[in-house]
Amino acid sequence: MRLLTIIPPDTSINFISKRKVAFVFSIFLILVSLGAYIYQGLNLGIDFRGGILIEIKTQKIANIEQLRLKLGALGLGEVQVQKFGDPRDVLIRVQQQDGGEDAQQKAISIVKNSLDGLVQEYRRTESVGPTVGAELIRAAVLAVSLALAAILIYIWFRFEWQFGVGAVIALSHDVISTIGLFALTQLEFNLATVAAILTIAGYSINDTVVIYDRVREELRRYKKLAMPDLFNLALNRTLSRTFLTSVTTLIALLALTIFGGAIIRDFALAMIWGVLIGTYSSIFIAVPALMLLKLSRESFSAELEQEKSPD
Amino acid sequence: MINYPRWTIAITILVCVWGLLFSIPNFFSSQIGVLPQSKVKLGLDLQGGAHLLLEVEVDEVIKTTLESFESEVRRELRRRKPRINYTGGIRVEGTDIIVRGVKKDQKETALKRLTTIDRDLSVAASGNNIVVRFTEEALKTRRQRAIEQSIEVVRRRVDETGVSEPIIQQQGSERIIVQMPGIKDPERIKRLLGQTAKLNFHLVNEEADVSAAVNKGVLPSGSLLLYEDDKEVKVPYVVRKEIVVTGERLVDAQASFQDGQPIVSFRFDAQGGKTFGKVTTENVNRRLAIVLDNKVVSAPNIQSPILGGSGIITGRFTVQQTVDLALVLRAGALPAPLTILEERTVGPGLGADSISAGKIASLVGFVAVVVFMVASYGLFGFMASLALVINLALIFALLSVLGATLTLPGIAGIVLTIGMAVDANVLILERIKEESRNGRTPISSIDSGYKRALTTILDSNITTLIAALLLFNFGTGPIKGFAVTLSMGIISSMFTAIMLTRLLVVIWLRRKKPSELPI
Repeated sequence: MRLLTIIPPDTSINFISKRKVAFVFSIFLILVSLGAYIYQGLNLGIDFRGGILIEIKTQKIANIEQLRLKLGALGLGEVQVQKFGDPRDVLIRVQQQDGGEDAQQKAISIVKNSLDGLVQEYRRTESVGPTVGAELIRAAVLAVSLALAAILIYIWFRFEWQFGVGAVIALSHDVISTIGLFALTQLEFNLATVAAILTIAGYSINDTVVIYDRVREELRRYKKLAMPDLFNLALNRTLSRTFLTSVTTLIALLALTIFGGAIIRDFALAMIWGVLIGTYSSIFIAVPALMLLKLSRESFSAELEQEKSPD
Repeated sequence: MINYPRWTIAITILVCVWGLLFSIPNFFSSQIGVLPQSKVKLGLDLQGGAHLLLEVEVDEVIKTTLESFESEVRRELRRRKPRINYTGGIRVEGTDIIVRGVKKDQKETALKRLTTIDRDLSVAASGNNIVVRFTEEALKTRRQRAIEQSIEVVRRRVDETGVSEPIIQQQGSERIIVQMPGIKDPERIKRLLGQTAKLNFHLVNEEADVSAAVNKGVLPSGSLLLYEDDKEVKVPYVVRKEIVVTGERLVDAQASFQDGQPIVSFRFDAQGGKTFGKVTTENVNRRLAIVLDNKVVSAPNIQSPILGGSGIITGRFTVQQTVDLALVLRAGALPAPLTILEERTVGPGLGADSISAGKIASLVGFVAVVVFMVASYGLFGFMASLALVINLALIFALLSVLGATLTLPGIAGIVLTIGMAVDANVLILERIKEESRNGRTPISSIDSGYKRALTTILDSNITTLIAALLLFNFGTGPIKGFAVTLSMGIISSMFTAIMLTRLLVVIWLRRKKPSELPI
């Protein structure tokens, strides 16, 4: 009846023994990410930096070079012109104007006037003034920090403190490396990216919690098994599920990347990275972190006494 | 877990039927039979349209009102004996009226007198000065009133342009969101909203020396220097400060023509017409300046008394300008200028492209996930896929019924849900498989598989749900749209995994009574 068996039931990989390699790799990843963030910075979109974004469909195939010259001569500061998907689709970015919100509005009409006759359709016009840009940053940071804090508290409440800390270590690992990816590739970092990072966080924590749940269960079941073996057991027993869920999610994300259109593509790419790194970190960071944090049966027994599970 | 009480079965089936009924209309353009009519509202990024975030410059209103109190303060100090002496003058600074240099022995009297002006004002001494300002309470109500008035005027102006179903609402303490579906180019609306449209009629001070006013800044008392200012000309006028009639007295304004020139004709209400008639009677052969937002539109000569309560505004107008001017005059003046803080406009082409891209991505993702699930879990994979269909139906039904808006990031959330929704099923199925390998009977493995997977499912979904809800609460724009579908996806996938697939499995168990699991 089954066509596919990718992870055989008796799989027994010694994940814990590879933790040092994984730690070295992850530390390297974090350092590269921080380095890229510090030295290269993020390519902030207009949501955060303020400015104007206009997407047009030109009547004939667009001459990017000519457009660049034309718009660059308007005296509006930095103007970026780039192709966007179709050869007739052009994306124009104008830097935030000095002189506040009114100057920004004036700049839009200057650009639109100079494009007169070339444009078949204004597909998108976005303008974010200095006030809103700053507020959007604040709101995004607030949303992310609150979400992370709430997750930490929930896990702390449901498990032992080692699990909470371990989950947050894995989570930070994923978030930092995703931000690093954006710094390194200079993909645009905008509000949608923040949503992507939060989803990555959600996915990663989901993955981690499933495995932690299993660790807790095996701790109750096997009273004598050495901790590294117990961790390996939990990891191997959840491996099939970890793998299948990652694959189905990746399938959906690949569909988004290929067919979802230009606006969604960066978002989907970030998510693909997030699923990969989230899966990796649940196995190689979150669980080995429990060892590092000296999770032992003794620290766990108090809780076990309290909730003698009926099953 | 295998015991499935009747009422649980009934509820499960009811929820599924409800989901199907309320989601189906979304996939057809016309009304089908007796099915509910509510559909998912598409965000502006999908249906095309313009979104503007405006800020009302409330402080401007406060300042204007304070300025009107300024003369009151001056009068109150001088009117009765003993007259209060102040050496530093009276000025409006920010949100304060400051009387400078009041003598010490007169301070008490001054304070007492100023307190009687208005209950909304607080009066306090600071050193040699007396500071008059609005009380916190009064400031708050005045600000809120200014916002409400602005929203009202914005709504009237937008409605007059014929935009269908605009959404206009307050955001925060001094902002207004204007959403206009289907608008391709908001330039005209931005222009209309960009002017305060305060119309005033002032008599021109014919005796004043205009060149002295322009060059040396010398103005006769009670006069103002204003300009007629457009692209071609800049003409100075010295007008009397006193306003003859304000635009508030207008009851109608229409674009029209006179001698082939575009003009705006208007009509006053009874009282406005009376005042206008009186002033024009007394000032024949003098000029009347028509002032819009502190700029002179024109200053025609009063040739004869205008008694009918109606008149015209001439000027260097294009036809479009008269149409727009008549519109803003009809809609009324804004209490304060508006600033555009944020603008997002999506053309209909891009919106349609996004929808079709979203559809294809969802379909491909769905088919691929189903194929993969069936290949991995056979019959149970098929059941999980069935649950996935219901899951999607539930998301759409929830979106339709709650009146939530589907945006492009929202579609991304749905596609992601397709991928992640099977997780709960995978957790259960893997668990059942494991139990079965440990030598349990089919019924017993299914029973304990569900039981054991349940806590994991709850823990993992609740953590994600916490994140999604916070995103919804604190996020803006795309983040919010994404959070909406993600949280609905989590809730409905928990339901389908825990209730629906279990029901399917139980039915299958009862019918087939299998001796081993096909898993």
